[in-house]
Amino acid sequence: MERGQPRRQVAAMKQSLFDQGYLDEQFIQLEELSDDANPNFVEEIVILYYRDSSRLVSSIEQTLERSPLDFNKLESLLHQFKGSSSSIGAKKVKAECTLLGEYCRAGNAEGCTRSFQQLKKEYSVLRKKLEAYFQLARQAGPAESACRPK
Amino acid sequence: MDNGFSSPRRDAFPAGLRVLVVDDDPTWLRILEKMLKKCSYEVTTCCLAREALNLLRERKDGYDIVISDVNMPDMDGFKLLEHVGLEMDLPVIMMSVDGETSRVMKGVQHGACDYLLKPIRMKELRNIWQHVFRKRIHEAREFESLDGFEGILLMRNGSDQSDDGNLFALEDMTSIKKRKDVDNKHDDREYGDPSSTKKARVVWSVDLHQKFVKAVNQIGFDKVGPKKILDLMNVPWLTRENVASHLQKYRLYLSRLQKENDQKSSSCGVKLSDLPSKDPPGSVGFQNLINRQQNDVKLDVFKFSEGTVQPQNVDPKSHDSDLKVISESTSEKRRALTNKIPDKKIRRSSEMGVNHSHIPSESEANRQVFGCTISTQYPWSEVPEMQLKQENKSFLHLEDSFSQLPLHGTQHHIQVNQSQSISSNHSISEGEIAGCIETKPLYADDKSDYTSSGSSTGRAIDAFSVQPKSHGQSLEPIHNTNCIPDPEFHQRNVLLGDEVASAPLDEDLHLYWLEGECYNMNLGLQMSEYYDPALISETPFHLYDSADYSVVDQGLFIA
Repeated sequence: MERGQPRRQVAAMKQSLFDQGYLDEQFIQLEELSDDANPNFVEEIVILYYRDSSRLVSSIEQTLERSPLDFNKLESLLHQFKGSSSSIGAKKVKAECTLLGEYCRAGNAEGCTRSFQQLKKEYSVLRKKLEAYFQLARQAGPAESACRPK
Repeated sequence: MDNGFSSPRRDAFPAGLRVLVVDDDPTWLRILEKMLKKCSYEVTTCCLAREALNLLRERKDGYDIVISDVNMPDMDGFKLLEHVGLEMDLPVIMMSVDGETSRVMKGVQHGACDYLLKPIRMKELRNIWQHVFRKRIHEAREFESLDGFEGILLMRNGSDQSDDGNLFALEDMTSIKKRKDVDNKHDDREYGDPSSTKKARVVWSVDLHQKFVKAVNQIGFDKVGPKKILDLMNVPWLTRENVASHLQKYRLYLSRLQKENDQKSSSCGVKLSDLPSKDPPGSVGFQNLINRQQNDVKLDVFKFSEGTVQPQNVDPKSHDSDLKVISESTSEKRRALTNKIPDKKIRRSSEMGVNHSHIPSESEANRQVFGCTISTQYPWSEVPEMQLKQENKSFLHLEDSFSQLPLHGTQHHIQVNQSQSISSNHSISEGEIAGCIETKPLYADDKSDYTSSGSSTGRAIDAFSVQPKSHGQSLEPIHNTNCIPDPEFHQRNVLLGDEVASAPLDEDLHLYWLEGECYNMNLGLQMSEYYDPALISETPFHLYDSADYSVVDQGLFIA
């Protein structure tokens, strides 16, 4: 009973991440990959993702600051970023990548810059949300599988 | 009896499948590793394409399949794919976030056996073993008879490889051999979910299967039944059910082969039945070496090893099979088709042994291997990329295929056998083309003598496409020489691997003749050293033709 409460909170929080469009089913798949060998697999992956992708974000930022804008390079970086984001199911970030990619292909430098701000925002919002979620999940204890049936 | 339990990895297939994952994205690399491990695969990860290539080169036989991302900083995934295809003959799965048709197409064109979109699902990965398995099946079907395969030296090609794959000849033979053994064990077994593999089941080892086939043949294919086979086989632990199920599979296998072969024949427009009657009156020599699927032969396999052609029949009925060599033995001609049949392997097919020098033989075989060496003095390297198809001409259109090559006025020798070479002048086109075609099988670097297919008036070798290929470079399908003797005849693609690319005459040229690409069979033709016609063929030129219908008229070469 005591444990049931936080578990429900965790479940609700996760559900809201899906409902608000932050995450897609890839995240579920990551959860399903957790096992005894890697009980915190999702968290591990998310940490890995943020560690690696921050490099990409700053590369994109630098590319955008240069003038004239190297659209090819930008597109390539975006492609990488999008691929990486798909690994954790970062749905909104992916969508922003796609949008930015369109500006890029259209050769719209201003659109790119604007779009990038939005991308960065989604990127960090998701990070905070996920951090909060993992923290809550840790507090709730390792009953993950018991509450998963959604 | 070999029960095949020697290695857990083999027995649990697809568990233990050795997968090499290449992705520059560490996150995906980690996820894929985890996913593949969950599938009970053996995973090696690698974040750089070059590193992957090194790994693959170091351990040529160390992986079963490669999964590679398309976009990587150090090397394009397609490039990696190309290398893997050329050097290792491994199935490669490409992946990217991008599902753009053009990219997927590019991947497939470069020889990817599959193209997965990220995020990749567990169920997709669970299923990747099928590519390995499919490749093995293809290999087994095309080059092995079901019974009596020992170390088979045949070079083979997975069907899922594009023509880039034709350089497999370069692959280390021993590793192929090794792998083959594994394959053979796999082929007759069922592959289920890894979890269900613990259940004991009969492993149809080579020996066991041979007993089975022997029994089937003894009884007669029409009258065969599980009980009878079981009695004949005399293997105490085997049950009727085991045999029944294996018999079913065997029948399916044969019918599949039959179907496939029929398709092949028809798709190539080979009407074999009326060949003999249509032979032009004056034609001499080998008229047609043709596979006639109409006969009950399902599969004849010629095995080559040191100068030996060992035809093997899978099908019990294949005595009356197909190597149709209509030869009016012209005196000077020494023919190289030497089939030695080790009786150990070919119990039922002794009739297949064809050793005809001058025998107007009617021996038949589905598969024919022959090699050709052509020495010409032409700078092959200058051959422009082009594809030619000339049909229904009764002479070898060398001029056409190598269009810039001054062929006329030279002489061609088609030498069928290395030892018993037929170097006869003949008039291939009006202009007397000189050249030497010397046959030699590809895979065997051994000097094998056998097999010959000359061509008469050049009408023999029909329709081949020659694709020169420059070493170290990606394949560029380039030349097609099509010489079609008879409208109804066959088409052969010759892939010409051209080491010469930029260097003139003295360079090695590898020619791969690829038979009707639908079969995924390779005619490996290695052509080296072109010199003056006078010097004639030392040119080892390996041609391996596993095609079902190689038509070769030899008569015309015999002046």
